[in-house]
Amino acid sequence: MQQDYEVKLEIFEGPMDLLLHLIRKNKVEIYDIPIALIMDQYLAYLDMMRSLNIDVAGEFLEIAATLAYIKSRLLVPRIGFDEEEQEEDPRMELVRPLLEYAKIREAAQTLADSLQLGRDVYVRNIPTEELWDLESGEEIAEVGLFELVRALHEVLKKAEPDELMELSAETMRFKDRINQLMEILAGVSSITFHELFAGQARKAEIILTFLAILEVVRLQMVRAFQHQPSGIIRLYLAVENGIASGD
Amino acid sequence: MNQVRAIIESLLFVSEVPLSLTKIKSILSMYTHVEITEALEQLRQEYAGDGHGFALAEVAQGYQFRSKPEYGEWIRKLKRITPARLSQAALETLAIIAYKQPILRAEIESIRGVDVGGVLRLLLEKKLIKILGRKNVPGRPIIYGTTQRFLEVFSLKDISSLPTMEEIGELSDPSTTVKDDEASEREELIDGS
Repeated sequence: MQQDYEVKLEIFEGPMDLLLHLIRKNKVEIYDIPIALIMDQYLAYLDMMRSLNIDVAGEFLEIAATLAYIKSRLLVPRIGFDEEEQEEDPRMELVRPLLEYAKIREAAQTLADSLQLGRDVYVRNIPTEELWDLESGEEIAEVGLFELVRALHEVLKKAEPDELMELSAETMRFKDRINQLMEILAGVSSITFHELFAGQARKAEIILTFLAILEVVRLQMVRAFQHQPSGIIRLYLAVENGIASGD
Repeated sequence: MNQVRAIIESLLFVSEVPLSLTKIKSILSMYTHVEITEALEQLRQEYAGDGHGFALAEVAQGYQFRSKPEYGEWIRKLKRITPARLSQAALETLAIIAYKQPILRAEIESIRGVDVGGVLRLLLEKKLIKILGRKNVPGRPIIYGTTQRFLEVFSLKDISSLPTMEEIGELSDPSTTVKDDEASEREELIDGS
């Protein structure tokens, strides 16, 4: 029996989802929420979760506290306010985020309903081999982390040791390096791993570049391939328009 | 001339990614803007017809041949795939990022009311969102935005072709829209206490 409930209980994405559900279920106006009623049902739900040994996440308690606070504000009129100095309905504190969340749910629904690539519509798949002009017998393999780290060691061997570390290294920001890398690739469409380190003698610089490479490969904005006989690693732009247009 | 149409068709046929108009123009530099756009429009109309299983779609600021949705079930048989669906949590998070980008994790969490760390990781892995940079405030929080891939996956021409928040608000009054099955399913557990 409990098993049934647990599965269903997970339907609620969070406290906002639960609140929205209670408002709809009770057919009440979002701008005129009967706080006491909604709060009772909300707490009943939390109790049920506990009785089923489900951890009630902190976020649920936070909203419960907000509900209790609003309820108290409604019960105890504030003293010291003039009639004209109209106080805002304390419930607005809850209404605003609820409305925003409700809109986001609708937006999520329109996304879910749109034609999705790989679910509703499909495109041709072109095997990666076609990215290369293959000489007969040569092999190309997509490069993993270990190959990249090995290549980094090669580069680092030639590096001068950093004598001083600048602590205000704002000049070499990670994001800038990523953008720089994407710009280089956008210009040439492919480049070898070693070429990317040209002119970089300092370890800190090299490592920053390497981290940037790891990041763009991880995000699959760039793909790394290794030419088997020579061991040369080449980086390719994975998408036409890259991140350069990103910000 | 139908030559230009045939050339563009061949480019679209082999392209791995949606082809932007700029790209097509740079390849067909001997043709005018009008000739190219007219050819694209002719192609679009031709493939939209009943006789074709795929159509010319305008997605992610480019053009791409895509199978028509009505033939999806046959393609899934060929590829033996069951499409993975994004969870409600992922869709909500994605919607927030799409509409409010550039956006911080904390801002997403304040709208959804729950932790989104795991969901963000999933969306990053699926390349639907990307890191735009870090905000220059204490803690240097990461700024998120959607990707080109997001536009491709959700068949959007560009980010502005999403319905606006106002349009979404008009479509539905939040206090009335609820799917019946969803509502009754949930009622049981609330009343069952």
